[in-house]
Amino acid sequence: MSTIQRDMSLTGQPPKSINTIQKFGTVIGLFGLALILLASFNSVFPNKGLWLTIALTSLTGGIILFAYGAYAHKHEGIKNDGVYFKSLSSRGFWAWVVGLALTGFYIVLYFFPYYLGLRQEGDNTGIIALFDPLSKLLSGNPASQWFVYGTLYTIAIFAFGIKFFLKYRHNRYERLRTISVMFFQTSFAFLIPEFMARLNSDDFSLPYYDLKNIWPLNYYNFEQYRVDSFISAGDVGLILLLFGIASIFIITPILTYKYGKRWYCSWVCGCGGLAETAGDPFRHLSDKRQVAWKIERWVVHSVLVFVVVMTTAVVYSYLGDDSSKYWLTKDTFLIGVAVFLGLLFAAIWVFKRQELAKDARYGAIGYLVIVLALIGLHYSTGKNLFLFEAESLRKSYGFLIGAIFSGVIGTGFYPIFGNRVWCRMGCPMAAILGLQQRLFSKFRITTNGGQCISCGNCSTYCEMGIDVKAYAQKGENIIRASCVGCGICSAVCPRGVLKLENGPLEGRIDAKEVLLGNDVDLMKLMNQKPSPSEYIQK
Amino acid sequence: MEHIVIIGNGIAGVTAARHIRKLSDKKITIISAEADHFFSRTALMYVYMGHMRWTDIEPYEHWFWKKNRLELKNAYVSKIETDKKTLQFKEGGTIHYDKLIIASGSTTNTFGWEGLESKGVVGMVTKQDLEQIEKYAPNNKECPRAVLVGGGLIGVELAEMLRTRNIEVTFLIREENFWNSVLPPGEAAMISRHVKSHGVDLQNNTNLDTILADEKGKVRAVTTKETGEEIPCSMVGICTGVKPNITFLEGSGIETDKGILVNRKLETNVKDIYAIGDCAQQRETIGNRKPVEAVWYTGRMMGETVAQTICGNPFEYNPGHWFNSAKFFDIEYQTYGWVFHEPKEGNTHFHWHHEDDTKCITIEYEIESRKFLGINTFGIRLKHETFNQWLNEDRTMDFVIENFKQANFDPEFYRNFESEILKEFQNTKTETV
Ligand SMILES: Cc1cc2nc3c(=O)[nH]c(=O)nc-3n(C[C@H](O)[C@H](O)[C@H](O)COP(=O)(O)OP(=O)(O)OC[C@H]3O[C@@H](n4cnc5c(N)ncnc54)[C@H](O)[C@@H]3O)c2cc1C
Ligand code: SF4
Ligand code: SF4
Repeated sequence: MSTIQRDMSLTGQPPKSINTIQKFGTVIGLFGLALILLASFNSVFPNKGLWLTIALTSLTGGIILFAYGAYAHKHEGIKNDGVYFKSLSSRGFWAWVVGLALTGFYIVLYFFPYYLGLRQEGDNTGIIALFDPLSKLLSGNPASQWFVYGTLYTIAIFAFGIKFFLKYRHNRYERLRTISVMFFQTSFAFLIPEFMARLNSDDFSLPYYDLKNIWPLNYYNFEQYRVDSFISAGDVGLILLLFGIASIFIITPILTYKYGKRWYCSWVCGCGGLAETAGDPFRHLSDKRQVAWKIERWVVHSVLVFVVVMTTAVVYSYLGDDSSKYWLTKDTFLIGVAVFLGLLFAAIWVFKRQELAKDARYGAIGYLVIVLALIGLHYSTGKNLFLFEAESLRKSYGFLIGAIFSGVIGTGFYPIFGNRVWCRMGCPMAAILGLQQRLFSKFRITTNGGQCISCGNCSTYCEMGIDVKAYAQKGENIIRASCVGCGICSAVCPRGVLKLENGPLEGRIDAKEVLLGNDVDLMKLMNQKPSPSEYIQK
Repeated sequence: MEHIVIIGNGIAGVTAARHIRKLSDKKITIISAEADHFFSRTALMYVYMGHMRWTDIEPYEHWFWKKNRLELKNAYVSKIETDKKTLQFKEGGTIHYDKLIIASGSTTNTFGWEGLESKGVVGMVTKQDLEQIEKYAPNNKECPRAVLVGGGLIGVELAEMLRTRNIEVTFLIREENFWNSVLPPGEAAMISRHVKSHGVDLQNNTNLDTILADEKGKVRAVTTKETGEEIPCSMVGICTGVKPNITFLEGSGIETDKGILVNRKLETNVKDIYAIGDCAQQRETIGNRKPVEAVWYTGRMMGETVAQTICGNPFEYNPGHWFNSAKFFDIEYQTYGWVFHEPKEGNTHFHWHHEDDTKCITIEYEIESRKFLGINTFGIRLKHETFNQWLNEDRTMDFVIENFKQANFDPEFYRNFESEILKEFQNTKTETV
């Protein structure tokens, strides 16, 4: 199959084959994968612990060997040769194969865990049973489909993290960032919750808690069963619950103010971690068109509104059930939410009106109205619930956003839509961090005077679909809500134009064309002159 | 409505058009025979290397032109009738202009070698050139070896391109080291080593003699002047620089030399005709700048300037301090101010070279006054704004070295070398005292 460059008249096939080490790596990795798949046919593995070790080691080893073969013998530097010639990374045949396989895996995982071997009664079978030994070792409990997923996820971030590390080994920012996501995934997301489960006993039980998984990404964090279990677990539970609340209302704003949303999205977050490591070969597939940006803003902010309404409804639905447990009543809670959101929007409106693009302003107003209307409706229909039942809201959120969007589309379609569709279009956490990054943060990407040659590398390799070059060629700072600070635009720029920085708020958003090199008077003239005709800015 | 016609949809022509649109409601037509839409010439290499698709190197989406009422015409201007203010197209038809901006760019510069017309002899300037390269060097089976002639920026880009397809490259350069005529010896030598480390057979002090073709007229080998050696190859890349693309102006009455002669307002000798970008030649030189400057940002700046003039604010082209940048395989290069391959009289060089052989800087300064004149930097990114300011403020060499940190533009967490550089500078100072 020939998947070369479709819009140039190419006549031949540039080399896109893999070398011997890479072939070895592929065989070993696939062997590991095959062992896991074999387990799903209930092949009897006499010693599950041993076979699981062999499977996971060869999977990890295979990926690392492949990466070694791909990059170790090459010079340090940018490694994008042939990206658009390879079937896998240019939406060719293999991209669809991998995309469909991943999508299929997610569908089974979310909706048919039975086929992975999950059993309500009795021992697990199949793949899940294969993972029992590891699960028992860590938490003492048998594995679940989520344990299998968590293990494979961690291996992916770890092994592809090493690949990413080798690929960008000349770039210290990328190296540190990768170590960070590998660390947070292995410890916070994988090991710590499993160890926490060990602490559980009959009279003490903490919910499964990945501490870095912050609401609203962790949309179920404030559900009744979790809050109950936090509260009943005494001081430790209470601290965890308070930590969960502080994470989004205190810790997140401070860190985002200082470093931009990157501290989370490309240094800590698990979704981001997978996107940056396993998803790296697909980063250029993000849609850069302006229309995609428009869609992004509507979709991601709608998800944010959805999660706020849903969480409010869910918390509301169980508050007041038991006054001995919850001092907060239904009414104070609702009024609290309304007042908080109202103040937030008012503050944005008063202080940052100029900086918001027109449609974002309309969006903010529109959504404020919706949220308030919902709350108002509650009072008009008596002490019922919102328009919808809280539980069905939660379920549809879990299904639409939690499963379909973040898993099936978000990760399954890496090879088709790029590695950050979920982060860009669907993640409510990213939406919150993004609003803050845009409005109130020290982070920006600065451009280097007049050095930009409009080559387009930065835009092409921006996984968030930001047209970085459109700013760079005008000498403007890049301050976009969606920028996750991955630093790749800066890495691939052949002219050293871009730099991720935290600096003073003053002059951060500079909408003038401040290209250096030209006559100062001309620059003044160009910047002052109001345009009489409507010139559509890019 | 006044009709502004622009020949050439490169950076110069398109910038002029955008700024005229910002300033006025004039009718604007942009003509080019090369491609329907503006693309970044500097990014041609990345298409061949598979880093980007053609659409990725087009800076504006296709709706942009219509929305801003910029009319595009794909045709070749074969004649300009200045008395009738009319352009004639090779494809037939004419167009009338009120004001004409010529931004026709450059073409490959060649030196009448024997066999130049053979199939498989390519340049690396236009979209059509890229298609030729794609045709004659699709992979290393069709093209086991290519010979490149001329050691400049385009040559090293073509070498990098071909190496990504594992094609053997023999690179003939006249000089002792790569780009010797521009870079000081330490830098030229370092880049030469780097180019070789990428598997390029760099042959210094070697001139092309003839290009030999097979019976079908396709390149089969070249011979060199020095040894007469025959080097078999399937493609020859001519990278001996570019020259203004002005042949279509013959007989138009527009005065030309190497390029189209313009005054500081970018006006030609004919009223209402302007020339900008690679094709323009300044009648009076500006500082140390060459009269014809084939770089991206000067095209952009001339476009910005001429737009003001055309919209009623007569303006002189007045570029600031010289700067530029390039990349040699994995090593980035930036320059601010003037560093010559040999220090000009009364000047000297300070050179620092990192032991890993991928980083170095050279600073040229006046010995007497210690005035800082310019810097070349390899493998370390430096801030344009800072150097621009220091050059404006006539800072001394010592000030620059001591404050070097302020100018760093490398990504966060990168190792920096300021103290190393400072130490070396102090050593050389004590040595010379
Ligand atoms: C491979 C390569 C790499 C480069 N890299 C860099 C770099 O890294 N940094 C840098 O600063 N500069 C670089 N340059 C130089 C830079 O690209 C040029 O200076 C710049 O593109 C010139 O722009 P321009 O608008 O003057 O002309 P061009 O971009 O050449 O545009 C002129 C257009 O006019 C058309 N035209 C000409 N005559 C006619 C006619 N009679 N009828 C119709 N159409 C006509 C041509 O077909 C062409 O499309 C590079 C150049 C090349 C070739
Ligand atoms: S703009 Fe740059 S740093 Fe931000 S997401 Fe895009 S590539 Fe990453
Ligand atoms: S910022 Fe760098 S990568 Fe982006 S277009 Fe400009 S030169 Fe190219």
